[in-house]
Amino acid sequence: MLYAKLVTSTVPHAKIKRIDFSKALQIPGVVKVVTGKDFPYRVGMYAGDRDLLAIDKVRWVGHPVAAVIAESLESAEKAVDLVDIEYEELPAVFDPLEALKHDAPLIHEKMEEYRHSPAFKPIPGTNIANKFTLVKGDVERGFREADVIIEEQFYIPHVSHCYMEVQNVVAHYHLDGTVEIWTSWQNVAPIRQIMALSLGIPHNKIIVRIPYVGGGFGGKAGLGWEALVAVLSKEAGFRPVKLVLSRREQFTVAAVREGFYGFAKAGFKKDGKFIAYDVKFILDAGAYADYTVNVGRAVGYSADGSYDIPNIRVESLTVYTNKIPTTALRGFGYPESHWVLEQIMDRAAEKIGLDPAEIRRINLVKPGISETCTGERLREDAGNPEKVLQTLLEEIEWNVPPEKPGEPWKIRSKGLALFVKGPAQPPNAAASAILKFNEDASVDLLIATGNFGQGTITGLIQIVAEEFGLPLEKIRVDYIRDTHKSAYTWQTVGSRGLFTDGIAILRAIEDAKKQIFRVASEVLRCPEDHLELVNGEVRVKGKPWEKIPLQDIVMGYTYPNGNSIGGPVIGRGVFMSTHTTYLDPETGQGNPTIFHTFGGAAVDVEIDLLTGEIKVLKIVQVLDLGRVINPLLVKQQVNGGSLMGLSIGSYEQIKFDERGWVVNPNFTNYYLIRIKDIPKEVVWKAVETAQSDGPYGARGVGELTMIGIAPAIANAIYRATKVKINQLPMNPENLWKAFKEQRPDLFDEALKMFIESKKLVEVRA
Amino acid sequence: MVHKITLTVNGYKRTVEVKDNELLLDVLRDKLKIKGLKAACWRGECGLCTVLLNGKLVKSCLVLAVEVDGSEIVTVEGLSRDGELTELQKAFIEHGALQCGFCTPAFVLASHQLLLENPNPTDEEIKEKLSGILCRCGTYYEIIEAIKSASNFYRKKQR
Repeated sequence: MLYAKLVTSTVPHAKIKRIDFSKALQIPGVVKVVTGKDFPYRVGMYAGDRDLLAIDKVRWVGHPVAAVIAESLESAEKAVDLVDIEYEELPAVFDPLEALKHDAPLIHEKMEEYRHSPAFKPIPGTNIANKFTLVKGDVERGFREADVIIEEQFYIPHVSHCYMEVQNVVAHYHLDGTVEIWTSWQNVAPIRQIMALSLGIPHNKIIVRIPYVGGGFGGKAGLGWEALVAVLSKEAGFRPVKLVLSRREQFTVAAVREGFYGFAKAGFKKDGKFIAYDVKFILDAGAYADYTVNVGRAVGYSADGSYDIPNIRVESLTVYTNKIPTTALRGFGYPESHWVLEQIMDRAAEKIGLDPAEIRRINLVKPGISETCTGERLREDAGNPEKVLQTLLEEIEWNVPPEKPGEPWKIRSKGLALFVKGPAQPPNAAASAILKFNEDASVDLLIATGNFGQGTITGLIQIVAEEFGLPLEKIRVDYIRDTHKSAYTWQTVGSRGLFTDGIAILRAIEDAKKQIFRVASEVLRCPEDHLELVNGEVRVKGKPWEKIPLQDIVMGYTYPNGNSIGGPVIGRGVFMSTHTTYLDPETGQGNPTIFHTFGGAAVDVEIDLLTGEIKVLKIVQVLDLGRVINPLLVKQQVNGGSLMGLSIGSYEQIKFDERGWVVNPNFTNYYLIRIKDIPKEVVWKAVETAQSDGPYGARGVGELTMIGIAPAIANAIYRATKVKINQLPMNPENLWKAFKEQRPDLFDEALKMFIESKKLVEVRA
Repeated sequence: MVHKITLTVNGYKRTVEVKDNELLLDVLRDKLKIKGLKAACWRGECGLCTVLLNGKLVKSCLVLAVEVDGSEIVTVEGLSRDGELTELQKAFIEHGALQCGFCTPAFVLASHQLLLENPNPTDEEIKEKLSGILCRCGTYYEIIEAIKSASNFYRKKQR
């Protein structure tokens, strides 16, 4: 095995004048050093903008310029420091608002050559990687008719996925042209697709294998390092090569979540009706935006959340800057759109004099009647947002004022946020499943569903066991996903796995059952529709003594004289969405998604006005999952999503200096929630409005649990103090500043009470 | 300089050649192929490379292998006997105290040690002891539940 290490740029934006790696080659064990010019490929899934290594120019501090291949990691690490690169610096731009100005430095000169998906609109000659627009109704008329207008700006900084297993790839380019990949990634199919299209290798000569993955959260979807490591293997003489990122590189080289600005103007009638919403989103996509262009699209078409807004205009720009590239992260644009919208709702409620719950009730979409902002009429069984809200209010005891904390400079408050999400995917994103029976009627389920901690596989196994009346242990899904051996699924992202792959599996089961019943019908001399599968046996309905065990059928049935019928049973099934469409490029109208999961989060918080510290005491999440297939898995998603939402909401921010360097690329200076920081209680309730085309009526849930946390906390703060928190993270520093600036009266009062209490202590002493 | 060191790893004597600058983490994973401990930050922040070194929990990325010649090391592989999971490991599964599983070996090992020292821990004591280990999937609640449910076996053991 050879080891690769990346040589990365030390400047944010520059022409590469010269790369001298002669000294690096002198390190014992170094096999080769390669640079971008060696592989002039463009790779990507959506924007198609990425190089394997920098060609001619670097676009961020951390941009891989060269790769060292060596016999040991130690040699590779030593050699990296000896690669000498001469740059001619170009003006750099770090803020997307600056990058949009007409005289801003241009980051991608050849944008028109990029092979992008038809769903996106890059604007060559600018730094705009995608412009998404949506128009419904007449927003100007809406504002003229509005009694109350709210205008606000919001901001969310870059955050890192922080999956515990760092990105790592082993690639082996074989002499016969076959490429074998082992990688820590969410999905096998897109890796093969991206490699095939960019490197020109036939699909069946690329074998991608993924074993257990130590977390993904969207950061291991889309484009990875596989194409690069594959060509490194070829360059190194067809030997296997391994690339493992360091944690520092996870913060400086691998893609993270984009930075985000939201500029919102909202118009309401006196009675609380939301009638006009004009919102502009600017995404700081960094140097490459391959996947973020789709985040820009999703944040755009999710602008209306759970509400029926007749007049809406959205512009969402995904903008290049000279910072780290960005990609999907759990929630995919929805946490961003909801950070804006759900705070607007509370600001409007305050101005109109309505309860935050009431203004939401007034504006909730009504499935079967309402259209979303993309003009999609919500199906009648899409969910029950009204019941979600009601359940949320009951669980958080909305109308019961929280207890007063013992220390008078602290306040308690409750806040809530609603949310809705569906998978952001191309309209034709398919799934399939193959299941084959073994001699003992155990089942091998061949699926490509990603397995990175969500537990979807358990849910899918339950479906198979249930349908055949078999114990769970009889169903096996191998722990390795393999393009060569697993049935195709587009990707496991966007909370879609259980839904899409679940449907494909149900159809494969149906296919297998047909084969089983056909044989059983002959043997038992009984019409197929009189047969049933119970406890691993085919029985005649109503005559349970007339039966054949499954193992006598699944390899074909043999009569006593040796005559045999049927044969090995293999079921196959597919999922294909038939109603989703591309969105109209001007108006954003169409059907973007296969389901909408509605939900809500509420929090009970204690606010320290003096220090800006927030202590979340209780989190409630209510989700309309359609149907709960495994309550333990849902609980894990709720707990995990709540904590991730709380961590990103409270602590996390990748900080850049004025030269574009990340200053906190480690877990000391980039704080993640730890077990000592968890709220006392997280509770969840399911609303089960079964969706007729979902597996047993189920909808996806994984990402949903993160969306409502930050806006609910901000709303709780606003409700108690009228202090607006428009910017994440809600750490003591930011909150303390906000309290002092916006409510000096409250702050001074709190300080006075604090000093009084200390005096009392002194007097007593 | 290369040194020959001998470690007792999960009850077995292992002799291995190490360089001055080699981390215990890398020696265990790459040379002795003990894969239960994980590498995720290499600077003592995430806790996933936690091992028991002479009965004490340490982060093996902060220890030079050459320093611990003659030591006894236990990793998660050393907890179960003959392929049978321990009651604590079973409790982790039953309570869903893992999602992606990458931090699980460290949490299991640290929880085991915690229960040996204090078989009746409060939530606060658990939080205090385990805050050096990160779980991004957010299984902290389930971990506390699993520890409390398995604590009974450690109390019995003590008696």
